[in-house]
Amino acid sequence: MTLDLLRSDAASTPVEGAQRDGESRDPLLAIDGLGKHFEMHHLRRRLAAFDDVSFDLFAGEFVILQGPNGAGKSTLLRTLYRTYRAQTGRAIYRSRLGPIDLVRAADVDIAWLRRKEIGFVTQFLQARPRVSAEEFVAEPVLETSASHAEALDHARQALAAFGLKEELWPAYPASFSGGEQQKVNLAHALIRPHRLLLLDEPTASLDRGARRALIARLQELKQAGVATIGVFHVPEETRHLVDRVLLLDGPAEMPDEAGESDHVAG
Amino acid sequence: MNLPFSHLALDPPRFVTAPPVLRAYGLNKRYGSVVALSDVSLSAQPGEVLGVVGESGSGKSTLLRLLNLEESADDGHYTLAVDGYRDTNLLAMERFDQRALRTRHIGIVYQNPHVGLRMRHTSSGNVAERLLISGERSFHELRRRARDALEASEFPLARMDALPLTLSGGMQQRVQLAKAIALEPALLLLDEPTTGLDVSVQALVLDTLKRLQRELAMTMVIVSHDLGVIRTLADRVLVMRGGRVVEDGLADQVLSDPQHPYTQQLVHAKL
Repeated sequence: MTLDLLRSDAASTPVEGAQRDGESRDPLLAIDGLGKHFEMHHLRRRLAAFDDVSFDLFAGEFVILQGPNGAGKSTLLRTLYRTYRAQTGRAIYRSRLGPIDLVRAADVDIAWLRRKEIGFVTQFLQARPRVSAEEFVAEPVLETSASHAEALDHARQALAAFGLKEELWPAYPASFSGGEQQKVNLAHALIRPHRLLLLDEPTASLDRGARRALIARLQELKQAGVATIGVFHVPEETRHLVDRVLLLDGPAEMPDEAGESDHVAG
Repeated sequence: MNLPFSHLALDPPRFVTAPPVLRAYGLNKRYGSVVALSDVSLSAQPGEVLGVVGESGSGKSTLLRLLNLEESADDGHYTLAVDGYRDTNLLAMERFDQRALRTRHIGIVYQNPHVGLRMRHTSSGNVAERLLISGERSFHELRRRARDALEASEFPLARMDALPLTLSGGMQQRVQLAKAIALEPALLLLDEPTTGLDVSVQALVLDTLKRLQRELAMTMVIVSHDLGVIRTLADRVLVMRGGRVVEDGLADQVLSDPQHPYTQQLVHAKL
């Protein structure tokens, strides 16, 4: 598999955010020879996803993954979030607590990183019954020292920014339309700045206004130094944000069933 | 742990190095020639929810009974980080001391409410009994704290003096839960807490558990064969088979990228 830099703002220099942060010029994430396949024991088959992926990501950098269906774009995001386990390579993430390999880090450390530093946004809301939209969005804020009233206030602003109708704020998202659920999902996922943000087609099922709000929020986060790796159905939407495009063209030998394991649009 | 089918073993924790609330290792238990538990180890951080999955006979219920000190181990080490017992191997304590520790620091919800409740005592009385054993003597305090625990478990207070026998399955589970959390235990054990309930009632009980987890930050071990329950509640999962832990990992990882052939079979059978 190859990974090409289609466009690059001089990959050797970190982007603004990193420098403004006063952080070092070391990459926030250094991926080296990362490879993933699925061992399907009952079929005695190995399903290749991607192999030998290497790139660096700096604070404040916004990178998007492109490639055909089955090239492993979503799988790569999930592997970095550790929903999937890689078989080879390293992904050294520079946490506030020090560098750590996301491929081999202990589960409890990954759980900590997910709470504090690494966010993952999908197109699916994981709503729970009987938790209102505003309470759900306020939850990440409550993990800080904010009071309940402050957190709710903050949550309502975020919901307003994504254009969710005010009468829906105290309602349960389980009954919402797909687009409305996605607004709640994004408000929840992006309300607090992570240091590394993984986006898996976050604009699917969003209306134009919500898309604009999303792009504006991603711009804010980028300026605050958040590094982002994203997969977008319509990559043009992000053109003002993107520093680099990484092309994934799938594993060396394309398996027959690639489309089943990784149905992202390229 | 080292999986036979994973090429990469995980490093020891580097960021989360606080001592776990629960730590158990080398747990072994046989019933005659039947191996119920074989060299089982687990640990849980404060507020962490650990799911245990596996089919009947995998040893998951034996593990829970052992953690509840209902049953002795053949050998093994088990500690809870609570005052006065921090370095004590709970498995090696006298029965009397085990009982005192269990009352104060471990709560349990059984699949079958008949095991956990006195069906012909009032619901509030069932909860108050827990408090009474722990030393509370004032009638008003007992009543108030039982009421608080029932309310936290979202039990309708208008029925707090009803006998569990006259309640629905979902309500009985809420009484068990109130009894289990009345003393804010360090460890809450849940044995198939929603199995046998209607699907809609199941969702409500799960939601209550999720809320309690968030608000009380209680460490929980939940045994279930229902992977949906595990997906909803657990942070990490242990997969058991034939008395052994064959795989463990983050809940979303074990359920979406299982490594062990047995886990793959289990996940694909259920989803």
